[in-house]
Amino acid sequence: MTSDAMTPDAAGAAVRDALRRIVPDADLDACGPETNLREEFELDSLDFLAFVEQLSTRTGRRIDEDDYDKLTSLSTCIDFLTRQRV
Amino acid sequence: MAEFAAEFTMPSLGADMEAGTILEWLVKPGDVVRRGDIVAVVDTAKAAVDVECFTSGTVQRILIEPGQLVPVGTPLATIVPENGAETATPPSTGPSTGPPIAPSIAPSIPPSTPDGVHPPAGHHIDSPLVRRLATRLGVDLEAVRGSGPGGRVTRRDVELSVPVRRRISPYARRLAAELGVDLAAVPARDGDGVVHAAEVRAAAPVAGPVRPAQRPTGSAEERQAAMRAAIAALMARSKREIPHYYLSTTVDMAAALAWLRERNRELSVARRLVPAALLLKASAVAARRVPQLNGFWTDGGFVPAPAVHLGVAVSLRGGGLVAPAIHDAADLPLDDLMAALKDLVSRARSGRLRGSEMSDPTITVTNLGEQGVESVLGVIYPPQVALVGFGKIVDRPHAVDGLLGVRPLVTVTLSADHRASDGYTGARLLEAIDHLLQQPEEL
Repeated sequence: MTSDAMTPDAAGAAVRDALRRIVPDADLDACGPETNLREEFELDSLDFLAFVEQLSTRTGRRIDEDDYDKLTSLSTCIDFLTRQRV
Repeated sequence: MAEFAAEFTMPSLGADMEAGTILEWLVKPGDVVRRGDIVAVVDTAKAAVDVECFTSGTVQRILIEPGQLVPVGTPLATIVPENGAETATPPSTGPSTGPPIAPSIAPSIPPSTPDGVHPPAGHHIDSPLVRRLATRLGVDLEAVRGSGPGGRVTRRDVELSVPVRRRISPYARRLAAELGVDLAAVPARDGDGVVHAAEVRAAAPVAGPVRPAQRPTGSAEERQAAMRAAIAALMARSKREIPHYYLSTTVDMAAALAWLRERNRELSVARRLVPAALLLKASAVAARRVPQLNGFWTDGGFVPAPAVHLGVAVSLRGGGLVAPAIHDAADLPLDDLMAALKDLVSRARSGRLRGSEMSDPTITVTNLGEQGVESVLGVIYPPQVALVGFGKIVDRPHAVDGLLGVRPLVTVTLSADHRASDGYTGARLLEAIDHLLQQPEEL
């Protein structure tokens, strides 16, 4: 991969932007780092797919289906996005 | 030649609709309309619905002004049919509640595509209808990539560009158009996350005198109550009139999920499929194979539908649900079905459904498994005669060829009208769904 690892701040911003795009009225301040995003924002499978698409576009990061279970909360999303790809 | 004007009447947008309110006319006397053009926005208890025209011609008179609540079948406008054009009558495939029914226009056919008979004159500028639609939906036309001939922006392009899940009250939409407010820039209200008229007024560029409301469509609470009442009436009718019988079976999803996984691996996120697309396609094809379950119970008898327009139950974020149709779902390739599903869900939630989508479902699928339950035994939408329910796909011990293993399983149920079919027929539908899901590559 060409893209270098992101900083946690940039990753967090990307996740928030992506969520806001899917659920414009999302209250992201009330969402803790470990909150389950799918439950909190009632994301169905289509919403989640759109979220992944947004995230991938914003970060330039390829996200496979196998990676979906690493995208459960704000903090696991940031972990995933900041990890150096091997 | 004597001018014969056709009447454009308040359509029945589902069995539960008795009356509707014109929220907005998108045409005025003298405008040329084509069959399938969206000419008005009608407010029902459930949603603001874009209503298509069923004939081509010139609008002669507007008979009902916005804000008036009128019964289904009331003439709303008169249209002088085009010379030589066939006066298309609405097809009789919809739920027969007596009055005219919205025409069946497949959403896959962009209504604004030139039909060859009337090539657009001169340059491909955006049609006024498209421009108005864009204004109303808060879509910036400059930012929309056109898919029509010569890069022209079609209605569908505009609709697809509506921000996901942004909820705007129909009245706020209209007000925004009147005040020239860019809806995309209007923040939603804290609390319910909906853009109301108040937010639009606050965002209006000049603090000039605001035109008094012609008819506010009510507060969010009132609309919520109206939707609840509409669902209550329809479901009570269903349980009162329809002798339901219920069947259930367990389907092994291992083959389908493995195939899906392999397929999605090669694709960009935007083109990936979700399991729901497979479940819907299998249901649609199965419904075509068992036509006794695809159609309507009308006037004491069953009338099979000539096509499968698959109703998809979509839960709305504020509560309530709608079950609009994916037209000709059995014939759509999976990619197209997936695109249609995304489009339908997004428009259902932003309140931009079309009349034909509301009135056409011939059988409905509910996929409550998305919310975590393992099985759902649904209530049939009259006058339909069947409803298919999918639970959550769960890993469970399951024996295959004498060997016990952990497999992804889904519980598929059928609620069917015992007046129209017997359990034996219903069982064939579930069998067909199971069979189809074992050969996902054929779907």
